[in-house]
Amino acid sequence: MTNASSLTITSSITDSTLLDLPWNLPLDIWPEGAIATLPKGLSRHLVRFAHLGGYVVAIKETSADLARREYELLRTLRRMDVPCVEPLAVITNRTDDAGEELDSVLVTRHLKFSLPYRALYSQALRPETATRLVDALAVLLVRLHIAGFFWGDVSLSNTLFRRDAGAFAAYLVDAETGNVYDTLSEGQREHDLEIARINIAGELLDLAAGDRLDGGTDPLGVSKGIIAAYRTLWSELTSSESFDATERWRIAERVERLNNLGFDVEELAIKTDDDGSRVRLQPKVVDAGHHQRRLLRLTGLDAEENQARRLLNDLDAYVANQDDAESNEEIVAHEWLITVFEPVIRSIQRELMGKLDPAEVFHQMLEHSWFLAQNEKRDVSLAEAVGSYIDTVLQHRRDEATVIDPPTGAFTMPIALIGADDWRDRV
Amino acid sequence: MATVTFDKASRIYPGQARPAVDKLDLHVADGEFLVLVGPTGCGKSTSLRMLAGQEVVDEGRILINGHDAAGIPPSDRDIAMVFQNYALYPHMTVAENMGFALKIAGIDKEERASRVVEAAKLLDLEEYLGRKPKTLSGDQRQRVAMGRAIVRNPQVFLMDEPLANLDAKLRVQTRTQIASLTRRLGVTTVYVTHDQAEALTMGDRIAVLKEGVLQQVGTPQALYASPENVFVAGFMGSPAMNLFDTLLVDGGLEFGTATVRVGRKTLHRTSAKKVTIGVRPEDVVVSASGQGLPVTIDKVESLGADRYLYGHAVVDGGRVEIVARVDEHAHPKEGDNIVVTPKPDHLHVFDIDTELRLNTHAVEGAA
Repeated sequence: MTNASSLTITSSITDSTLLDLPWNLPLDIWPEGAIATLPKGLSRHLVRFAHLGGYVVAIKETSADLARREYELLRTLRRMDVPCVEPLAVITNRTDDAGEELDSVLVTRHLKFSLPYRALYSQALRPETATRLVDALAVLLVRLHIAGFFWGDVSLSNTLFRRDAGAFAAYLVDAETGNVYDTLSEGQREHDLEIARINIAGELLDLAAGDRLDGGTDPLGVSKGIIAAYRTLWSELTSSESFDATERWRIAERVERLNNLGFDVEELAIKTDDDGSRVRLQPKVVDAGHHQRRLLRLTGLDAEENQARRLLNDLDAYVANQDDAESNEEIVAHEWLITVFEPVIRSIQRELMGKLDPAEVFHQMLEHSWFLAQNEKRDVSLAEAVGSYIDTVLQHRRDEATVIDPPTGAFTMPIALIGADDWRDRV
Repeated sequence: MATVTFDKASRIYPGQARPAVDKLDLHVADGEFLVLVGPTGCGKSTSLRMLAGQEVVDEGRILINGHDAAGIPPSDRDIAMVFQNYALYPHMTVAENMGFALKIAGIDKEERASRVVEAAKLLDLEEYLGRKPKTLSGDQRQRVAMGRAIVRNPQVFLMDEPLANLDAKLRVQTRTQIASLTRRLGVTTVYVTHDQAEALTMGDRIAVLKEGVLQQVGTPQALYASPENVFVAGFMGSPAMNLFDTLLVDGGLEFGTATVRVGRKTLHRTSAKKVTIGVRPEDVVVSASGQGLPVTIDKVESLGADRYLYGHAVVDGGRVEIVARVDEHAHPKEGDNIVVTPKPDHLHVFDIDTELRLNTHAVEGAA
């Protein structure tokens, strides 16, 4: 079906099923069979989703130069450990059966269990959710800026969110307007923040205009929140502090504060003045994922930062309850994994597995168990809590493994408007 | 309304041997549309960011309306950095789409309404103010997006490759729109592009940069007709100017078998035995006398009334690519051998060492 001989594919995967997609057709007329779900995504360019092998991919039609540029940018960001979608391939030299040239495409892997912000409400977006989204976006922006990435189009629409133990973890989706520099100037960072504030306000005002924003939400207030959240985190991660040489404990305190924020300190600059009475301290290299890395090391589980923190708390409580206090942390962690975590996950029926990812299930089950115990004023066993959680919570949730970007509210010049109707009518 | 002056402004990144922007001297008049153009890494975007307050000015100054901008935060510069992609929101009306940024800026309702109406008049969007973007044509939507920048009434518009994401057809359409709109508004605009065709069609004046150094600034006509050095000669214009080195001889310079006369003043400006010469493709003519530069035609490209001949010649033992634009009456074919000369007074002569222009005007009457 595909005129594969003329295609040029640059790909980071070796999946030959890539060749089976109908590259000889313009994306907007791809047959139903090839398309994952009906809604077209929305950005400057046409984006659609397709099944490829065992997963879902997002396909964006654009020019060859832009596709290659974004592919490389996303690869660079991933190398720097910045949360963003995974670029899979660039396909150029597409032609239809009549030999007419077709746009090049960028193929990215759909991020499992990720949600576009417009999928995070049933009737209207609640103020707490809006604030959590903005907080997650602020963390992402700080991480991008530390990596030297100027985004140029920071917005909720250009971000995907994964649930993260009551909070959200944000992933960059659209790098088209971005650029990597050695370091960003303060002015560049401020410009990105201003773009973020205006875009978020626009997105929330649009929800309000469409009656999709909870009455208690203040679009301007929430959008302004990104500035405060960003500045607080940026200052914690980068500012220098000076203290008396006798207060050396402040070094450990700073490191702990950063750890609690989810960052490891790879490099600290510590300077003393000439007579050695004052110490100046500044983090130089910080690395997000403090709890994620510890969880991964101890259990092999890959979770978001807050989920990891939550799981580690449970693990630490488990360790503390062991009689043999001397035993090795790794061994006890393994025990926790096979006697606590895995039985919970295994008790979930296969058909419910697509509702939430396992770490989030475990977190929610812990919450549920706590509420049960509070309500009934007694200890609740793990098995009882799991059963109750599945019956009363999990099975009533929708599947979130592959919530495809709905036709979002925003569209950008000068590409034709894609239907503004609600995505729920279509999926 | 504002003027912008770069006064020997430099940006030097730590650890870099060469300044990203090197002593830039440039004055942008009130209401002028100035294009900064050059290849990747020439310092054009850095210059723009310095003006916007996003980059430090390490040496020199930047003046906005005669006032040193140092220390003025970006948000207080009254400059609108028009970014590549303004989203339009489907549930908001055209008026809301244009005015919501003013709401964020804390501007009161009446003022917002009057600015939106004013911008809508300029953009011919008055009758659509109450509509949703979905009901507008692509072109109208684009104007709404521009309205978002206009309602802010900035003193200066800054645009950094605003058309980079568009396909070729839309790019041409949009650049005409931006140029005519900013002229109607009379707002000082600094526009950055790597595309010389965009620069030539849009700018009141163009500043060409290379490796952080300003090469030439002038009207599109002046840059095209009298490039001040070999770089500008080769960069502006498409297909590019034919450029090669040749020997100076008695009374002029060698152009194949012909001697092309060059003014004595020009020749006295160099002590070298050779010069670099440039001839634009439209200034190359097929020699009637048979004297001139022998060229073998490799390819003929027909573009309506004109055709381009792509060929090569041998000059001083080396191969030189030659492009000539000829009219429909000339019928050379691929593989033909022809002899070409430059149109009289349409030859650009440059110093072989400094690469600077030697003759004052290539074309009679040019600035």
